[in-house]
Amino acid sequence: MPVETLQEKLVYGRPQVLADVPNHYCPGCGHGIIHKLLAQCIDELGIQQTTILVAPVGCSVLAYNYIKVDGCEAAHGRAPAVATGIKRVHPEATVIAYQGDGDLLAIGTAETIHAANRGEKITVIFVNNAIYGMTGGQMAPTTLQAQKTKTSPYGRNPADVGYPIRACELINTLDAPVFIERCAVSSVKGILKTKRAIMKGLRNQVEKKGYSFIEILSMCPTGWGMEPREAAAWVDSDMTPVFPLGNLRDR
Amino acid sequence: MAVTLMKGNEAIGEAAIIAGCRHYFGYPITPQNELPAYMSMRLPKVGGTFLQAESEVAAINMVLGASAAGARVMTSSSSPGVSLKMEGISYLSGAELPAVVVNMMRGGPGLGNIAGAQGDYFQAVKGGGHGDYHCIVLAPNGVQELADLTVKAFDLADQYRIVVIILGDGFIGQMSEPITLPAPSGRVFDKSAWMLSGATGRDPHVIASMRLAPDDALAHLNARLQDKYRVIEKAECMWEKSQADDAEFLLVGFGLSARICRSSVSALRKAGVRAGLFRPITLWPFPSGELARAAAGKKKILVVEMNAGQMVEDVRLSVLSSVPVDFLGTLGGVTPSVDEIVERVRSYAR
Ligand SMILES: Cc1ncc(C[n+]2csc(CCOP(=O)(O)OP(=O)(O)O)c2C)c(N)n1
Ligand code: SF4
Ligand SMILES: [Mg+2]
Repeated sequence: MPVETLQEKLVYGRPQVLADVPNHYCPGCGHGIIHKLLAQCIDELGIQQTTILVAPVGCSVLAYNYIKVDGCEAAHGRAPAVATGIKRVHPEATVIAYQGDGDLLAIGTAETIHAANRGEKITVIFVNNAIYGMTGGQMAPTTLQAQKTKTSPYGRNPADVGYPIRACELINTLDAPVFIERCAVSSVKGILKTKRAIMKGLRNQVEKKGYSFIEILSMCPTGWGMEPREAAAWVDSDMTPVFPLGNLRDR
Repeated sequence: MAVTLMKGNEAIGEAAIIAGCRHYFGYPITPQNELPAYMSMRLPKVGGTFLQAESEVAAINMVLGASAAGARVMTSSSSPGVSLKMEGISYLSGAELPAVVVNMMRGGPGLGNIAGAQGDYFQAVKGGGHGDYHCIVLAPNGVQELADLTVKAFDLADQYRIVVIILGDGFIGQMSEPITLPAPSGRVFDKSAWMLSGATGRDPHVIASMRLAPDDALAHLNARLQDKYRVIEKAECMWEKSQADDAEFLLVGFGLSARICRSSVSALRKAGVRAGLFRPITLWPFPSGELARAAAGKKKILVVEMNAGQMVEDVRLSVLSSVPVDFLGTLGGVTPSVDEIVERVRSYAR
């Protein structure tokens, strides 16, 4: 009788392009999850050698240390302009601008809108955590109504500072973008959907289709003063009603 | 090569193309609009990219991206727009990226006016952006030199991985003169060790000015920058002397002011006053040693600028107290006249 041998099959591991180093993100932070998803997508598309990542100023300022592809720093808010310059020199490369909400929707609003409007063939990964994580939890353009932050200690008052900005809806008014989707990494289901959206956004570049925008609702337990589990629940309970999940455009 | 009549701003554009520049990013502002218009017409015909950015801030950051990607790249603007580029220039400097930035200066501060001026000397030469950095600053005095120095600017930028500022003014940008277009320098710079192109067959490259760890990483970067600046100061000073050797009085000016000084020297010589000209062509590095040698034994130096007195500080630092230094400046986009310069120098002789 032949003895049946157990076949080892690796079903889950660290993505190849995700550096095997401890990262600086807080426990429960969404950036780490999103980095892993991005790394998985780069691996699965086999584009490690042709991808150029533009890191923002924000908690993910060191993204190029964690995702082992060519990387470029951008000044606060300028990632889409830097990505434009890179893409115009290397149209064959996959160029990713990874940005937070302060970066993308406050100081960098002009660069965001115009890169989208030109239909730059780049992929923008927008990490919306409704706060400025890096500088210690100040109000962001996406901070929710009544949400308390370091600079809205009585809660965001729309009469004074307006309402949270919906980036996907704003970009959806433009003609050029080919893909716009909002996801969340607060649940396993959401994480899987986010990965599919990132995949689509990157594939659109490989296929030379055009500009893709993926907004990801993400936890900042430290900035929000919550436990990680609580923070994930808050994304679902409080953020998604203001920032509805779903695909807005897929051409 | 044939002689062609060209506007200063257009001569920069054609010279940039001769130098191999295929990427231009900019935002309209007078008095340099002929340059983006020229690039938008020419670059698509030579397989290049012209992009009108949404602002000077965006333009300089597109320049940063293109430079990081290994391209020869240029942007141009005038004073208010160059102020907006300062953040990007600081980042380019920290990341040691080559780029050519043209400033066709106009009257300031604020919106000022659209006449040529020289009020951005401090901004270009002393910093402007944050941190300890320098740009090489070239001050052409006419259309031929605008073209020649543009070709040179790209080589300097690549050789030292530095930002080179071409500091002209609205008048020389818009004047037309017959010129001989420069030839390409033929120099080739290998950027493969650092540029971003996708990590094919090599480890990933990172372009960044930020240094967080270890604690002295930023100090090391800064020390390396300073070492580079010392090398440039030794090797790259450019200046022109004219009728300076036997002169009793030395005029010092850059760009358009130097042209007016040159006419003033002729007029003074005709009137029997021995005057001469020293013209810094690089404003950083400033040709201090050469100026000090040229100034030795003179009775007086007159610095002429279209501003309230900016380069004059570097002239004083160069000669210290060995020669008295006087200053004649015009403000708000007004050019100095030969008559007033002659009158001033003659007053020393009396
Ligand atoms: C020009 C400039 N202004 C301000 C800052 C300070 N700063 C650094 S990160 C940041 C906000 C980051 O928030 P966000 O983009 O939402 O990213 P997060 O940290 O939340 O991921 C600010 C204001 C800076 N670095 N540069
Ligand atoms: S402050 Fe917030 S965004 Fe920054 S690392 Fe911590 S949890 Fe993440
Ligand atoms: Mg944020």
